[in-house]
Amino acid sequence: MYVAVKGGERAIDAAHEWLAEERRGDVSVPELSVAQIREQMALAVNRVMAEGSLYDPDLAALAIKQARGDLIEAIFLIRAYRTTLPRFGSAEPVETGEMACDRRISATFKDAPGGQVLGPTFDYTHRLIDFALAAEGEPPAAREALAEEAPMPRVTEMLSRDGLIQQEQASDEVPPDLTRAPLEFPAGRPLRLQALTRGDEGFVLSMAYSTQRGYGRNHPFVGELRIGAVPVEMEIPELGFSVEIGEVVLTECETVNQFTGSKTEPPQFTRGYGLVFGQTERKAISMALVDRALRWEELGEDNLGAPAQDEEFVIAHSDNIQATGFLEHIKLPHYVDFQAELELVRKLRAEAMAGQQQEAAE
Amino acid sequence: MIALEGGFADVPVEASRAFRAVLEAMARPGRIEAVTGAQAPGLSVAASVVALTLIDGTTPVFLAEDVDSPALRQWLAFHTGAPVVARGAAMFALGGWAALGPLGAYAQGTPEYPDRSATLIVEVQRLENAGAKLTGPGIEREAWLNLPEVEAFLANRAQFPLGVDFIFCAGDRLAGLPRSTRVEG
Amino acid sequence: MSLAGLRQGKPEHAGHGEAGEQPHEVAADIHFAAPFSKENAGMDESVPGGAYNFAYLDEETKRMIRRAILKGIAIPGYQVPFASREMPMPYGWGTGGVQVSAACLTPDDSFKVIDQGADDTTNAVSIRKFFERTAGVETTERTAEATVIQTRHRIPETPLTEGQILVYQVPIPEPLRFLEPRETETRRMHALEDYGLMHVKLYEDIARHGEIATAYAYPVKVEGRYVMDPSPIPKFDNPKMEMAAIQLFGAGREQRIYAIPPYTRVVSLDFEDHPFVAGKAPHDCALCGASDTYLDEIITDDAGSRMYVCSDTDHCATRQEAAA
Repeated sequence: MYVAVKGGERAIDAAHEWLAEERRGDVSVPELSVAQIREQMALAVNRVMAEGSLYDPDLAALAIKQARGDLIEAIFLIRAYRTTLPRFGSAEPVETGEMACDRRISATFKDAPGGQVLGPTFDYTHRLIDFALAAEGEPPAAREALAEEAPMPRVTEMLSRDGLIQQEQASDEVPPDLTRAPLEFPAGRPLRLQALTRGDEGFVLSMAYSTQRGYGRNHPFVGELRIGAVPVEMEIPELGFSVEIGEVVLTECETVNQFTGSKTEPPQFTRGYGLVFGQTERKAISMALVDRALRWEELGEDNLGAPAQDEEFVIAHSDNIQATGFLEHIKLPHYVDFQAELELVRKLRAEAMAGQQQEAAE
Repeated sequence: MIALEGGFADVPVEASRAFRAVLEAMARPGRIEAVTGAQAPGLSVAASVVALTLIDGTTPVFLAEDVDSPALRQWLAFHTGAPVVARGAAMFALGGWAALGPLGAYAQGTPEYPDRSATLIVEVQRLENAGAKLTGPGIEREAWLNLPEVEAFLANRAQFPLGVDFIFCAGDRLAGLPRSTRVEG
Repeated sequence: MSLAGLRQGKPEHAGHGEAGEQPHEVAADIHFAAPFSKENAGMDESVPGGAYNFAYLDEETKRMIRRAILKGIAIPGYQVPFASREMPMPYGWGTGGVQVSAACLTPDDSFKVIDQGADDTTNAVSIRKFFERTAGVETTERTAEATVIQTRHRIPETPLTEGQILVYQVPIPEPLRFLEPRETETRRMHALEDYGLMHVKLYEDIARHGEIATAYAYPVKVEGRYVMDPSPIPKFDNPKMEMAAIQLFGAGREQRIYAIPPYTRVVSLDFEDHPFVAGKAPHDCALCGASDTYLDEIITDDAGSRMYVCSDTDHCATRQEAAA
């Protein structure tokens, strides 16, 4: 006698217990602390903060631990937590021009005020597995020098002074908030930039790469890439002035792109912009390229039909939490709709075969 | 301090019950629901409850001159944080029928976004199932409600899916009239 | 030019410390005191500020959803955009339905969750547990006793009554989406009541297959105006949508809420010479004998033997009890 399957609740509880066990792994191996993840998996922490849209390295590290190192799962934990936080207000715009840079490079000028600072980069490492890291022991201390006091003005400002690069319009308008209002198309640049900065690194990277390979090519030069800390200030209404409430590390990329001019504008350079939490330069450069590709209409360029030029396509598919949820939901039960399809296909096949037999008989 | 009084004692629970009353009223035009828990200066209990349930800092409100007062503005500011605006910018409007008009001055929605229209919270003397005949979504056969007039609702229905929606309040009772309802005199 | 590779004299790990820790510490102070303790609710102690508001969502979010629901009721079948929140469960697993339920539930409710018609499917269990924890509501498997029913892919067999709310989980709310992927285009079509594309699609089905080859998520026209996706219910359930209960539809990822008030006209699209037929497998339920219910097909051995049983487990159990 058939009995309907029961016990979903017990099965779920058991699965969660097993998951917790697997998360810990072999108990004879010491457990990772949140601080260890925060310090030694810093770039993973940065990615989780960037795509989770919440600047909190400890919480991001905890999420990575809980997610067994699955970064999208960790981002999801952060996002779900972030939604529940109350909002006290908005910070003043950060001044990245006055960033205390750990890294600052320009691909457009050999030297510029403030200089080229490589900082802690993988760029020129030889990608050879360092077996010494498998052994315990501390690395030798990096050599140090005093930071130069000289300011590091933005490279694009130097082009701007000569009118060689397009001017961005300043605006005091409060930007829309992707997480508090439903997305609407056309989205406009402030919303696009928000979506890109929290978008999936792999997706934004591939979109950017596609423009380099000719799908909406826009000839980018990295005008400047800078990574460092900026103070965050917030205006306290009761005080009537801004106070510094903390500091965040950001990666900013400004690309300088060729532009042949349009009916109304003489030839000049244009910009793409990327700004991302933490040291996340692959993402920031990708973001700048995609931003530039999406600006075709505003700059009077042709729509070449390239995927990266398509605002609705890019923005609607850049969020990895939306994407992974919808993708993975197809493993949920679909007995009911599948059964409906099954009956339909049986019926259509029966009709088609009856028709063939009749034809054969005639 | 009158502004601090007259709010929900247990916000999540009272707001949830109030919303269900409003939902039933809107989904079943002609249905009269009773609510409790709020009292704004110069408003009925029902209108006060509706205000606390639906209005906040993200929803601009128009106050018709028959209910507008410094005390009500203070109460709204304290409990909802809603900005007080002119008819055309309002998502909600509060007042008596005569003072609220003309209806055409409110946001009616757009063909792409018909939901971007105002909801009028109308103070009336009494509510009873008599007077105008109502048919349409939410009504099995027909329903009756003492509306302040008929013409305005005919005109509102004529522009469906655009139009404004109404919540009538009297004492602690309320009734809904969405734009989809057909009204006959 | 400074020396490449040299670390600048900056404080290490700038960023964590005060600014970083602030969010969750503050959160614990601001959140409403929840009507349950963390312990008895089984909340994860490792989550800072693990106490949540009644029915999880904060009041501002609930008000936003409630306003969207009311506009949806006022414009039956029209998809109201809403600022869907990121829920602690994946998109595509009922986040829209969960938000609508959270905005509707009162402590007096009796809540039922079904997935594929059954109360004991894993996703239904998970959502029911979520509301037991966060709203402290009573839950039930009895359709007739429930005041709010959240569903995925089915309408219960037992006719719903006034005083009940049926909340649908919706994956893709736009009925035109598979014909036209662009939101800007489909929004224009709804505005102009331009449903030609849908009729062409249905007609092409008939030309190719002799009938409309849509078995679930079969499009309907609501009150003669909006073409609407009924969510992936089998077309067998479509005629039930003209009912006494309130029907609310939530699509979290797609940020849309829509509604059908009670007794609203809901017409499945068809052609005069090819009328809509609500189909099901031509069998009776092997457990309760019902001939008028939607059936699950169960494969019972590796020789391909099959049996058919009611997909609505409460309906089937109630019938079996009555017969016993």
